[in-house]
Amino acid sequence: MFEFLENPKFRGGIHAEEHKAETCDKPIATNLPLPKKLYIPVQQHVGKPAEPIVKVGEHVLKGQLLAYSQGTISAPVHAPSSGVILDVQDFPAPHPSALPIRTIVIETDGEEKWFKYAIPEKPFELAPEEICLRVGGAGVVGLGGAVFPSAVKLNLGRKNQIHTLLINAGECEPYLTCDDLLMQERAVEIIGGIRLMLRGMNAPKAIVGIEDNKARAFSEMTEASKNFPEISVVQVPTRYPMGWDRQMLRYLTGKEIPADGRATDVGVIIHNVATANAVYQAVCLSKPLISRVMTVSGGAVSKPQNVEVLIGTLMSEVLAFCDVENEKLARLIMGGPMMGEVLPHADVPVVKASSGILALSHEDIFEPEVKPCIRCSSCVTACPVGLLPLEMASRIKANKLDAAVDLGLKDCISCGSCSYVCPSNIPLVHYFKFASGELFSRQQREHKAEQTKRLAKNRTNRMERIKAEAEEDARRVMEARAARQAAEAKAQEENA
Amino acid sequence: MNIKPISSPHVSSARRVDDIMKKVILALLPALGFGIFLFGWSALFLTMVTVLSALFFEAVCLKLKGSTIESYLRDGSVIVTGLLVAMTLPPYAPWWIGVVGSGLAIILGKHVYGGLGQNLFNPAMLARVALLISFPIEMTTWVNVSPFFTGLDILESFKITFSGVEISDAITGATTLGFVKTGFSQAQLLPDLLNDYSGFLAFIGWERGSLGETSTLLILLGGIWLMRQGIIQWFIPVSLLASVTFLSTLFNLIDSTHYLSAWVHLNSGALMLVAFFIATDYVTSPNTPLGQLIFGTGCGVLIFVIRSWGGYPEGTGFAVLLMNSVTPLIDHYIRPRIYGRTRDGKPIEGG
Repeated sequence: MFEFLENPKFRGGIHAEEHKAETCDKPIATNLPLPKKLYIPVQQHVGKPAEPIVKVGEHVLKGQLLAYSQGTISAPVHAPSSGVILDVQDFPAPHPSALPIRTIVIETDGEEKWFKYAIPEKPFELAPEEICLRVGGAGVVGLGGAVFPSAVKLNLGRKNQIHTLLINAGECEPYLTCDDLLMQERAVEIIGGIRLMLRGMNAPKAIVGIEDNKARAFSEMTEASKNFPEISVVQVPTRYPMGWDRQMLRYLTGKEIPADGRATDVGVIIHNVATANAVYQAVCLSKPLISRVMTVSGGAVSKPQNVEVLIGTLMSEVLAFCDVENEKLARLIMGGPMMGEVLPHADVPVVKASSGILALSHEDIFEPEVKPCIRCSSCVTACPVGLLPLEMASRIKANKLDAAVDLGLKDCISCGSCSYVCPSNIPLVHYFKFASGELFSRQQREHKAEQTKRLAKNRTNRMERIKAEAEEDARRVMEARAARQAAEAKAQEENA
Repeated sequence: MNIKPISSPHVSSARRVDDIMKKVILALLPALGFGIFLFGWSALFLTMVTVLSALFFEAVCLKLKGSTIESYLRDGSVIVTGLLVAMTLPPYAPWWIGVVGSGLAIILGKHVYGGLGQNLFNPAMLARVALLISFPIEMTTWVNVSPFFTGLDILESFKITFSGVEISDAITGATTLGFVKTGFSQAQLLPDLLNDYSGFLAFIGWERGSLGETSTLLILLGGIWLMRQGIIQWFIPVSLLASVTFLSTLFNLIDSTHYLSAWVHLNSGALMLVAFFIATDYVTSPNTPLGQLIFGTGCGVLIFVIRSWGGYPEGTGFAVLLMNSVTPLIDHYIRPRIYGRTRDGKPIEGG
């Protein structure tokens, strides 16, 4: 009942100013000068960090394995260019904290000499397991931002017998156009990658969802897929957050993923469109994932464009290439303006997850005064999840975190739609992130307390056991002595 | 560079509280302007007194609270409250009715709860009901239609508003709802009671009534414009008007001698103003579409019940306040369904 009040295909969302025109008609720049040094973090994916297998001073070739994948959920990293390993050290990570993480530093030699991998003759006839193996070996991870190892997902799809591969080409974040450009310029490769993914998962069909503000990308993709009836390319309305994978799935299939479940529960696997391109490179050309296309834009950038960047290049070099005006620069953002994170400085490397870097000017981030909530419920209307942001924020403000959890805090995807529409400019997402952090540290504390209690209890038990054992031993000794004495006494008696 | 932790999103929509309030004021202006035209200078004086005193009380409260006065006064929400209070008053009401009304609305209706966004009851309706109970004579003296240049001149009007001059019975009368209610009590019946009633003039607003409530047409236009601007949503106005229409038509069909038709209900009293501008008040209405439908329907039902069987001819103020008081309850029980969950909050079944 009352479900008529709920759009079954799309809920909430916003129309943000797109700012895509600055970059969406310019070709991908591939002439970024080769950096002198490359900084490759060993962790650029979800899961365990990769383990370095190269030594300092060793010469490596372009594409050569630098660190191998550890455990089931992990991904290897490769040398983006040929050169000498300078160091394996801690280096600031592309993260709001810019805290150092383990990073392999290469001094490039400018030769760009490739490591020779065998190229398969008939890549589209490889066994599914073989495809997954190659994708995993090439270090391909989800390039939409989640950076989940793609091979793991392909295997998951094969095991769960999924019926649809959903290719997410929503790219709903303002400013970002890297997926758009990739589709405009490399549609054939992307379609090849999708075919390989389908084969790798034994899946019968694929749907590519593209927002309808990318007309050229849509026609290129339609053209490239026309000989493959198993792949359908469809347009979806431009409305943020269409690129939220669960939203895209709901729009295209009408199905919803259970709150505690995964896409495979409804027979679907979702991959990003750029990942399809990386899969093609990995399987057909045996090229590991060593570069990516990223959008460089924002009010402080004089030459906004998409650039193909080697993994490990410092963001500052990419920004310099696009002529960032430092006096205009107000805020550096990794990713899009809706969900992207602030960077304290640009001397951090580009990683597999880097879809864009925005140098926003003061006009871009105009921030009016925060006013009291007038309960206009714009945030309720805008929330794609169906939460009550204003209520959650008021609970968090009163430090009632459990009440906020009851209202669905853990279902929040931090898409930022609520903060965006708020006429009082209340930083709602900030409240939710703060509360999630508090809950996490509380959980950690509880865990620690429990561990301490368990250890203390173990110790008490152990001490009691030791004491009991000692008593038992003493008793035994006493008994034995008593028995011996008795025996001796008896023998003496007999002797006497 | 800035290393203060800043959360996404890094952009925001251009719409601010000030813009919302400006649009609400704009939407009110046609009906208010018509009211001033209809009832002359006194209406204008009363409106000015009410709005200015609302601003004054707001400034005093903010000062006592220690908040910054300027930015709050500028956001326009006080002017909206002041205008709404003025529009629900009889046009010839004395100045102190406006001042007391504003005081009740701003101090008792808003600031005792903690200010903007914290109040349980709609401030304008709280003021209206408190005034009606406290000053029944002043609040039910309805002047005849007396447009600018045909009614009292500026000086006489000034005296009416500011010096408590007795208003002659010759220029006053009853509102439609009041007239009918009195008629029923004298065992008169419909449709005879409505012999002099013109449905068309009531729709235009050419009738006795509160300062800014008479013109159904202009309020409707303002309300529809607000909806198109995305300031208010349709759930409350439509459910409110639909429930009044449904109930009045039903009872009118059963007994047309004792129950007014839907048309009379819709074009009488504060119904339209309440449906589009009062019941839709963000602060005191529910957050969700379903909650708003329940709220609107509840208001509509109560308005009909009070008008038909209550002691007062008009029931909008009481109806809104009663529904305001259950808004927290509605918000507690009516929540949107969360993605991937049932309405009870459990994960949906897969497959």
